[in-house]
Amino acid sequence: MKTVIIKYNAGNVQSVMYALDRIGASYLYTDDEAEIRSADKVIFPGVGEASTTMSYLRNVGLDKVIPSLKQPVFGTCVGMQLMCRFSEENNTECMGIFDVDVKRFPAASGLKVPHMGWNNISNYQSPLTAGLPDNAYVYFVHSYAAPVCDYTVASCDYASPFSAMLHKDNFYAAQFHCEISGNAGQQILENFLKL
Amino acid sequence: MLTKRIIPCLDVKDGRTVKGVNFVNLRDAGDAVELGAMYAAQGADELVYLDITATVDGRSTFIDLVRRVAQTINIPFTVGGGISSIADVSALLHAGADKVSINSAAVRNPDLINELSLEFGSQCIVVAIDTRYIETENGFEHIVHTHGGRKATEIRSIPWAKEVEERGAGEILLTSMDTDGTKAGFALELTATISGNANIPVIASGGAGNMEHFYDVFTAGKADAGLAASIFHFREIDIPDLKEYLKNKDLPIRVTR
Repeated sequence: MKTVIIKYNAGNVQSVMYALDRIGASYLYTDDEAEIRSADKVIFPGVGEASTTMSYLRNVGLDKVIPSLKQPVFGTCVGMQLMCRFSEENNTECMGIFDVDVKRFPAASGLKVPHMGWNNISNYQSPLTAGLPDNAYVYFVHSYAAPVCDYTVASCDYASPFSAMLHKDNFYAAQFHCEISGNAGQQILENFLKL
Repeated sequence: MLTKRIIPCLDVKDGRTVKGVNFVNLRDAGDAVELGAMYAAQGADELVYLDITATVDGRSTFIDLVRRVAQTINIPFTVGGGISSIADVSALLHAGADKVSINSAAVRNPDLINELSLEFGSQCIVVAIDTRYIETENGFEHIVHTHGGRKATEIRSIPWAKEVEERGAGEILLTSMDTDGTKAGFALELTATISGNANIPVIASGGAGNMEHFYDVFTAGKADAGLAASIFHFREIDIPDLKEYLKNKDLPIRVTR
């Protein structure tokens, strides 16, 4: 099986690679279109800011490649947000795979932003959550989130409910960081690679 | 619900964990990777590794350690100690650290906080504030200290906490040098003031001696996370017991067993 991690100007993806090493999966870290298209599984990780990452993707043409992929694609964190239609982070037009807009957490009193730490996810409807205990805890670090929508397959609550995971056709996404979410995160990564 | 985090801190010298009382009289508490993996398995929510070696050789040993920690554990970890430049941070994040903690360098050059958060994102920039309640010309005040808490600055801790947030810090690691090593409890009032003012998470550190101290710092102290070292290293408190205790007291806690 060939797994590709998409290389772009995202921040630290080293932990994603180590997480795949731990479950014994081999992978290629590349931005080459042919390599990406020929992969069995594609991971689109992300740490960073929406507008700079999105303009990088546009410059190298990955903004057209990613939505046209046919194999299972898994976007995480900013990767997930870039798969949505629009992000309030510097008013960024994103790839529009999921027809939903990413919004900043409201500046409500007592609500610290970023939403940082372990929170539980619920209402699973995804093959990626198979085998997870109810209300599994996973690790989040983000200031923007997609509201609950038609594609939501796991939700989380921080002042109000938001999409912890999205799914549409061959596209899967998680707002949290599977690679550092303990055994639950590892299970989700394994489930993705088994699709 | 977002949970309160329990964070063991590992002071590292030459790849091994050490922890002193009031930062002197170091004792050896074991292999740093092994200890971290044990804490992760026990349900620690994050780890902090502080490099207390100052030499160039020590630095490359530490980066190698960071890499081994990242390969081994599947929870987030922060690294700190002697970080003073974008290049330092880049090397540590590249080795697999999730966040970096800066202290003296931020005091010397506060613009560094802005530069680092722009370059790497606020989410991975922790500003550590070591504070001590000392007499100044204005009477007793909470004053920022550097160099492992030995050197007083002229900066008042409470406005400094707000300033580091405004400059782009993603989290504050607040250590009270007054309570550190005493096992008499966290500095609740100061922690509550700083955490109550902050729109970013605050990790409380210094003074944990029993399980109730963690309950107190999450309630009266308004902390988002509680950090401790020796009580975990010497098994005075077991993390699974601590988390069960806090959960039974109705705090939002991630229980893994």
